[in-house]
Amino acid sequence: MKIQVNKGGKKGRGLAPYIILSPYLLHLLLFVLFPIVFSVVLAFHKWNIISPMEYVGLDNIQRLFQDRLFWKSVLNTLKFLIVHIPLQIVIALALAYFLNEKILMRGFFRATFFLPVVISGVVVTMVWQQLYGLETGLLNRALIALHLPRVEWLSNPYMAMISIAVMATWKNVGLYVILFLTGLQTVPRSYYEAAEVEGASAWQQFRYITLPAINPTLFMVAVLSTIGGFSLFIEPYIMTDGGPLNSTLSAMLYIYKQAFGYYQMGYSATLGLFFALLIMSVVAVQKLVIEKES
Amino acid sequence: MKAPKLFFYILLAGASLSFLYPFYWMLLATLTPEAQIGALGFLPAGLTMDNYQLLADKIPIGRALLNSFIVAALSTTGVLVFGAMTGYVLAKMRFAGRNLLFFIIIFTMSMPFQLTLIPNYILMVELRWTDTLAALVIPALNSAFAILLFRQAFQSIPDDLIHAARVDGCSELRIIFQILLPNVIPAVITAGIITFMNSWNDVLWPLIVIRNEQLMTMPQLVALFAVGGRSEAQLGVKLAAAVLLALPIIVAYAVFQRHFIQSMASSGLKG
Repeated sequence: MKIQVNKGGKKGRGLAPYIILSPYLLHLLLFVLFPIVFSVVLAFHKWNIISPMEYVGLDNIQRLFQDRLFWKSVLNTLKFLIVHIPLQIVIALALAYFLNEKILMRGFFRATFFLPVVISGVVVTMVWQQLYGLETGLLNRALIALHLPRVEWLSNPYMAMISIAVMATWKNVGLYVILFLTGLQTVPRSYYEAAEVEGASAWQQFRYITLPAINPTLFMVAVLSTIGGFSLFIEPYIMTDGGPLNSTLSAMLYIYKQAFGYYQMGYSATLGLFFALLIMSVVAVQKLVIEKES
Repeated sequence: MKAPKLFFYILLAGASLSFLYPFYWMLLATLTPEAQIGALGFLPAGLTMDNYQLLADKIPIGRALLNSFIVAALSTTGVLVFGAMTGYVLAKMRFAGRNLLFFIIIFTMSMPFQLTLIPNYILMVELRWTDTLAALVIPALNSAFAILLFRQAFQSIPDDLIHAARVDGCSELRIIFQILLPNVIPAVITAGIITFMNSWNDVLWPLIVIRNEQLMTMPQLVALFAVGGRSEAQLGVKLAAAVLLALPIIVAYAVFQRHFIQSMASSGLKG
């Protein structure tokens, strides 16, 4: 039924495109572009919102580099990522690998793995706070029942961030299982059968068949969990308030406290700007590394 | 059954249990008298609704549920309406600045939110929107993800359909909402689920812009209840608040499970 030559569809229609775009453009200008420019302006000012803004030159940036607590919070966040990302990848890949076999109730398993992904981090944190409880927590009760020493999950400054990283893995892993499963399903089963006939070991099959197929997924998992990890906020906010000894003070929690505990708008905007640049650089580096690998 | 396969089943069942049990325990704890919570295992120990009654006496939980529904519903509607409009223009119209706009949308999607958080708070203060639901709804009315999703969906619709509608005298808005949208229901479902869920679960932004307890959304009210002294260390009451926060999403997930998983996976794939 193609009677007319297709021209009209993409032809300019005067002002019409701009009129339809106007709600978005207005929104973009007000809530994205203006705030970006304003955050740069704020970085050179001292301001508590109430009294007039005061130009302070590079003071905020100088302060940032000398702010030990900020750098500690960045290191804490990195510690979180170092535990979280490998754990996430290994567990997600293992579960996806099992699910990819011909098994019954795959839908049920998938649905239960995914459940924590859709539930609020507030709920997950409140439940895990109980699991991690020193005296009556389920995990320590289990350890004691096995005649093992109990663990100070949240009260030991070396352990607390690791505990939070484990919980975050439990919350998010279901999403990555699905992503890996999608990657695994792109590999035809016949490849493995052929490899088997050729006498390839399980490791060789993984290295030369599975890994190339899931490489893009690996990158995505690394990037998504990096961005998620850098946004770590509500978990320490509820569980530990950044303690003990600031060991779970994430960068986001620190910025929140600077801005809304002390109303240091200029300085906290500087922190936000710097931190955003840091995230973008880390993601760019990850991208480069993965592209080089493949 | 081969031995390795049995091993797979045991591991998968163990994993399933580890994802389900904490939520089951939470629900059980809210139905248990405070003194017995510490010893809970798999079975209920005395059934009570006291925790929910106490919760309702302590904080405006009903009001928070209503606020959360209003905010999530309005944000989702906005994201779908404006996402379809913007996506349509990008997919099917030619205009000066199209490539620039496309680039900006890609940028806003990969931009860390930390960049604009503080300036956006100041904007809310200057607009006098703090402590109003406008602060929760209006900045959330657009989503780069939804725009790109609709753009992609509309690209696969033949231009002839649009052209025929124009010949019949349809306005552009009628073309978008009456003719094209019914053809891209999967995109509507994906954008709708993701937006509703993100709005329902968002806690940082409400913590920043809302101080009035009557205007708080569920995650904010529950988080503040969990860390503050109002619960008087009564675990059952705290967890009752958490159950009410999780329940609407669990019900939605139970009904639309497949859609949830597909939507989240596709948003991950694009993010």
